[in-house]
Amino acid sequence: MRLLIRNGRVVDPASGRDAPGDVLLAEGRIAALDGEAREDVKRRPADRTLDAKGLVVAPGLIDLSARLREPGYEYKATLESELDAAVAGGVTSLACPPDTDPPLDEPGLVDMLRRRAKALARARVYPIGALSVKLEGESLTEMAELAEAGCVAFSQANAPLTDTQVLWRALQYAATFGFRIWLRAQDVWLARGGVAHDGDVATRLGLPGIPAFAETVALGTILELVRATGTHVHLCRLSSAAGVEMMRRAKADGLPVTCDVGIHHVHLSEMDLGYFDSHCRLDPPLRSQRDRDALGAGLADGTIDCACSDHTPVDEDEKNIPFAEAEPGATGLELLLPLTLKWGAARRLPLAATLARVTSDAARVLGVQSGRIQVGAPADLVLFDPAAPFRISAEALKSQGKNSPFLGYELVGRASATLVAGNVVFERA
Amino acid sequence: MERNPQLNKNGELQHLLSIEGLPREILTSVLDTANSFVGVTGREVKKVPLLRGKSVFNLFFEPSTRTRTTFEIAAKRLSADVINLNVAVSSHTKGESLLDTVANLSAMQADLFVVRHGSAGAPFLIARHVKPHEHVINAGDGRHAHPTQGLLDLYTIRHYRKDFSNLVVAVVGDVLHSRVARSLIHGLTTLGTPEVRVIGPQTLLPAGVEALGVRVFHSMREGLRDCDVVVMLRLQSERMRGALLPSAQEFFKHYGLTAEKLALAKPDAIVMHPGPMNRGVEIASTVADGPHSVILPQVTFGIAVRMAVMSIVAGN
Amino acid sequence: MSRLPDAEKLCTKLVAELAPRIVPGTAMIGLHTGGVWLAERLHAALNLKEPLGTLDVAFYRDDYHQQGLARNPKRSRIPFDVAGRDLLLVDDVIYTGRTVRAAMNELFDYGRPQSIALVVLADRGGRQLPVCPQYCGALVDVPQGMRLRLKRGPDDKLALELEHGA
Repeated sequence: MRLLIRNGRVVDPASGRDAPGDVLLAEGRIAALDGEAREDVKRRPADRTLDAKGLVVAPGLIDLSARLREPGYEYKATLESELDAAVAGGVTSLACPPDTDPPLDEPGLVDMLRRRAKALARARVYPIGALSVKLEGESLTEMAELAEAGCVAFSQANAPLTDTQVLWRALQYAATFGFRIWLRAQDVWLARGGVAHDGDVATRLGLPGIPAFAETVALGTILELVRATGTHVHLCRLSSAAGVEMMRRAKADGLPVTCDVGIHHVHLSEMDLGYFDSHCRLDPPLRSQRDRDALGAGLADGTIDCACSDHTPVDEDEKNIPFAEAEPGATGLELLLPLTLKWGAARRLPLAATLARVTSDAARVLGVQSGRIQVGAPADLVLFDPAAPFRISAEALKSQGKNSPFLGYELVGRASATLVAGNVVFERA
Repeated sequence: MERNPQLNKNGELQHLLSIEGLPREILTSVLDTANSFVGVTGREVKKVPLLRGKSVFNLFFEPSTRTRTTFEIAAKRLSADVINLNVAVSSHTKGESLLDTVANLSAMQADLFVVRHGSAGAPFLIARHVKPHEHVINAGDGRHAHPTQGLLDLYTIRHYRKDFSNLVVAVVGDVLHSRVARSLIHGLTTLGTPEVRVIGPQTLLPAGVEALGVRVFHSMREGLRDCDVVVMLRLQSERMRGALLPSAQEFFKHYGLTAEKLALAKPDAIVMHPGPMNRGVEIASTVADGPHSVILPQVTFGIAVRMAVMSIVAGN
Repeated sequence: MSRLPDAEKLCTKLVAELAPRIVPGTAMIGLHTGGVWLAERLHAALNLKEPLGTLDVAFYRDDYHQQGLARNPKRSRIPFDVAGRDLLLVDDVIYTGRTVRAAMNELFDYGRPQSIALVVLADRGGRQLPVCPQYCGALVDVPQGMRLRLKRGPDDKLALELEHGA
């Protein structure tokens, strides 16, 4: 289908372009831009035209972590509901962590997930395979088989891998094939029993704490192993200022590492726990305001490569219980765009630089072609209103997870239309 | 940010969940009201009719005979009907959720819930979900708060010392795990106590404890110097297993209150303990039974304080 | 206000009326706060043997569920045995009669008195319960929306005053 998007403000973070223009899509790819696009449709009209007046036309968002809850947790959410949520939020590609039930440690499971997602024809789903069998941290999975089935990287999700010798071997094995390993840096012993950042707020509220050095101790171990093996490692969900500093030095040393931050951690801190609000029970925990500010600055200067939603739909029953017992996580697919824009606005970044962190930079980490508006790139786009505020409400969220600390907030950045492979997969009435 | 759930729209106390966040006037009002209740226990009829026909549900998710009994006595002295529910909660069994339990009790016309729970914040969660005429009193939630204990400790100090504005108070022992310590510290600072000290080994003091407004001492001899009030905290045996302390003996040697260490405090210093005491671990018997100890009066004051709290919240 | 009677004169009048009925066992109880001031005067003037008792009816009021607990109630102190006693219950102003009802309920929780006689400085009418004083200083008209109060000056002089409020 030939589809023309007219009159929009076309932003391509990869090239820095931010200018009015037109985009012509054909055969699932970006066929032409601006003048060439207009010429092309004069010769052969488009089958459909979208008027993007007043809207930004940007690459569809690439979310590095979104839990779809299938297989195994269908009572929390399903592929349908979560992929609906993704495209309603302008997310056209997402990576899902392997902590499903059973975990994604078998090619058959990965294959089935990819087929189901493909059949639903909404956002593209990139499974992250389990690094160890059952995520138990003891024996390696058949990474090559899993890669063939479609896994783009391997990780432990939030499950610990305490045996450093196993971790070392896993990194070596991955390096053999050039696979990427995604790891959460958290020392399981130092984090044991903790539910909040070990600081002033946890002390006042009497909550067991996870100190920031639970992250840096583990980070130090991982970075040393990267130094030894040369494996490409992506550090997931940084949470502390000290962690950002370590990544800065590691990159300066030329280590093959990248990292991301959950978008919630750039906005919220331990202060937001208030009177034990379990919507703020997150993993990693929300740390001090100083940590939050360092994460925001790190994301701005590129030390942190991208932001992701870390979308985790949690049933209300698992949140409407005392803080320490509540399941950690927040819903976020539909909020990644507005929350990223809010971060960019606070830092006074140009729109292209803001969006880079959830488009071109995320594409680079994931190793995919989407995330840019250039001739020949996949036609994954989002049209959104950069000015009109809208209120976040549980009823309006398409995800089955209504657990958000931002309920009731007014944000900007509502998707009007989302396209994947040139097809309109979401359109706001 | 959410409004303080303890206060209603008029700033009156509708639930007692923590001492933190309560204005000075409310704390003083509770202490003054408790003072009036002290007289009731000396009469022939030890009851007043304030809560006649009201139902007080003691919802204890952590076992406790002492606290539950004093709440029961206090409620009965207010002529309330008391129902005790000891809900044994195993972390591995998924029974009825906390809110479902409360909703069921509410359907049985409860007026006041006295809740003790192992998880910090549980009473706040309950308070968010009860009906407007229902009131919640926190009888201890995890490590977070034990406001009625804090209030009775404040009452005791006021009884013996009259004025908070010139006191040095030391809280000694396992502050990290102590809801009693947190509540008392908030109360003391709110009432203008110029110096509140915490004394203990690093392993038993929480991160950023100074932010509570206290001076930290690791040496008990230094910390007790010139104190007017010494509050000893209970040390639980689990602490030895959690790599926080090597042994009770070593703890007693450095942080146990003996007559010799107490001599460093002011000559008329009072010694308090929320109970139950581990004699020979945090406090020597000679001190516990000695002339400085006000541990038994604390218990008596506890009933009057709880009567005051219940009658204030139930009327708002 | 010129039309309010002189509290000091009323006090003297009450002392004269009460003196004949005082017997060795007679005891007096004042209701906080105005009633206690008046009772202290009467107690001293009548030279009663038993120490003065004081009562704060905060815990017996019938409007607890509408108004909540009164702020900072005082401690009731009855330093004698109520059982079998002839009591003089003293208050400054009687209006609806509810305070007296609460006071009697509270007194009976201390024991069973032989008799209770009510002594008031001023009766402003407006009774809502079947209660009446045996000894009354004066009947006083109080305009709608005003309150009649006993005040004690720095020189210990008693005076009746009107103020706004129910």
